[in-house]
Amino acid sequence: MNAGLGEAADIVGILASVIFVSAMLIWVERRLLAVWQDRLGPNRVGPLGLMQVVADMVKMFFKEDWIPPFADKPVFVLAPTIVFITMLTGFAVVPFAPGIGIIDFNFGLLYFLALSSLSVYSIVLAGYASSNKYSLLGGLRAAAQTISYEVFMGISAMGVVMLSGTFNLREIVEAQRGGWFIVPQFFGFIVFLIAVVAESRRTPLDLPEAEQELVAGFHTEYSGMKFGMFFVGEYLAITLSSAMMVTLFFGGWLGPWLPPLLWFCLKTAVGIMFFILLRGSLPRPRYDQLMAFGWKVLLPAALLNLLVTGAVVLSLRD
Amino acid sequence: MTLTLFYITSAVAIFATVMMITRLNAVHGLLYLILSLLAVGVLFFLLGAHFAAVLEVIIYAGAIMVLFVFVIMMLNQGQQTIDQERAWLQPDTWIGPSLLALILFIEMLAVIVLGGNADTGHIVNAKQVGIALYGPYLLAVELASMLLLAGLVGAYHLGKPMLKMRKAGGES
Repeated sequence: MNAGLGEAADIVGILASVIFVSAMLIWVERRLLAVWQDRLGPNRVGPLGLMQVVADMVKMFFKEDWIPPFADKPVFVLAPTIVFITMLTGFAVVPFAPGIGIIDFNFGLLYFLALSSLSVYSIVLAGYASSNKYSLLGGLRAAAQTISYEVFMGISAMGVVMLSGTFNLREIVEAQRGGWFIVPQFFGFIVFLIAVVAESRRTPLDLPEAEQELVAGFHTEYSGMKFGMFFVGEYLAITLSSAMMVTLFFGGWLGPWLPPLLWFCLKTAVGIMFFILLRGSLPRPRYDQLMAFGWKVLLPAALLNLLVTGAVVLSLRD
Repeated sequence: MTLTLFYITSAVAIFATVMMITRLNAVHGLLYLILSLLAVGVLFFLLGAHFAAVLEVIIYAGAIMVLFVFVIMMLNQGQQTIDQERAWLQPDTWIGPSLLALILFIEMLAVIVLGGNADTGHIVNAKQVGIALYGPYLLAVELASMLLLAGLVGAYHLGKPMLKMRKAGGES
């Protein structure tokens, strides 16, 4: 166990900054998309449009929080909180820097996988509880998509576990002193990246909500702050996924000159921006294409990567 | 401290399981079952089996139960299934099994009271689990994998007529 971890200041600071960053991402995403699409984006409220987030929040708070009479009320209310809570608790194992973090858990990587698999309940239950055909279709898609891509995400991360010999995220970062794992684990990284995009249900893999086909998918019936929960939950998922990618493949807090925490934040920010760039540049595949690609391409690729990594690790040990 | 947490978690698990059985709405029942599995995960954690705890959450609560919810959602049950459940859940159906379960419970209480304390605080790491699985328990692992393979082949066999029908019908 690491001393100085999990003190009250750590917990409050991490929680506050994570929620703040996720909220600010609403503005960041809109501005960046605008830049890449040769527009201006929201630039009216406050300097550079920075207060847009506040304006959006005020709008959301004042909207009518409506529960459809045909909905399954307790489940309908419960669903949006699940994604929010699971994603926030996921940050507990993220190794921000030496001595900064909430817990130093031996199975940190598995903990992250567990929470990301629990977060799918939010979407599935929202789809079920809305008693709406579009929502139901979205929920069904979400269940199938996340269950499949969870498998590839776990398998692709196992290459990193083999190289570092541990599930502990802090030790995984330390094991990258000699070089980032993206070099030996390039294929693992590609699979992990696609799986993470599918898990956080971001465009281009946002089939559960697919505006053009399903109205808004699982959150068609949601309004006001309940919709806001889903919205911020998605940004939390992006932040957490970027943080995990940085930890597993890009050396976490390691880096020259700058302080470790700054390195970690910089790398995570680049990861988040990459997520937004993906959204701005790639079209959405069809649902059966997504599933076929997962099981016919990603699964064999991930398994092959695991096999080769295992063979190399064993042969180098002798 | 650990013991108190253990009993609280056990109480949650038992309560959730009872609630799961008595729910008339299948999805509400599943929610309680998920809660119960999460509670079992916490129990494993308290006993020092961190690996088993995380796997319990990933596999049972995170994957298998999602499939359950998925299937229940696809069936799209309405009021009539709730009425049916109500008809099935008569006291004379569940009193017998409950009495039998009570006997088991009393036995377990007796074992706990007469000694046989659970050895808490011993932490098992992933390497030990791996060595145990591929050492003394290798045969069990292989048998389980063969069972899974048989299941996979069976599922493929059952699904095949469907694929043929789709192909014959032209567009899926």
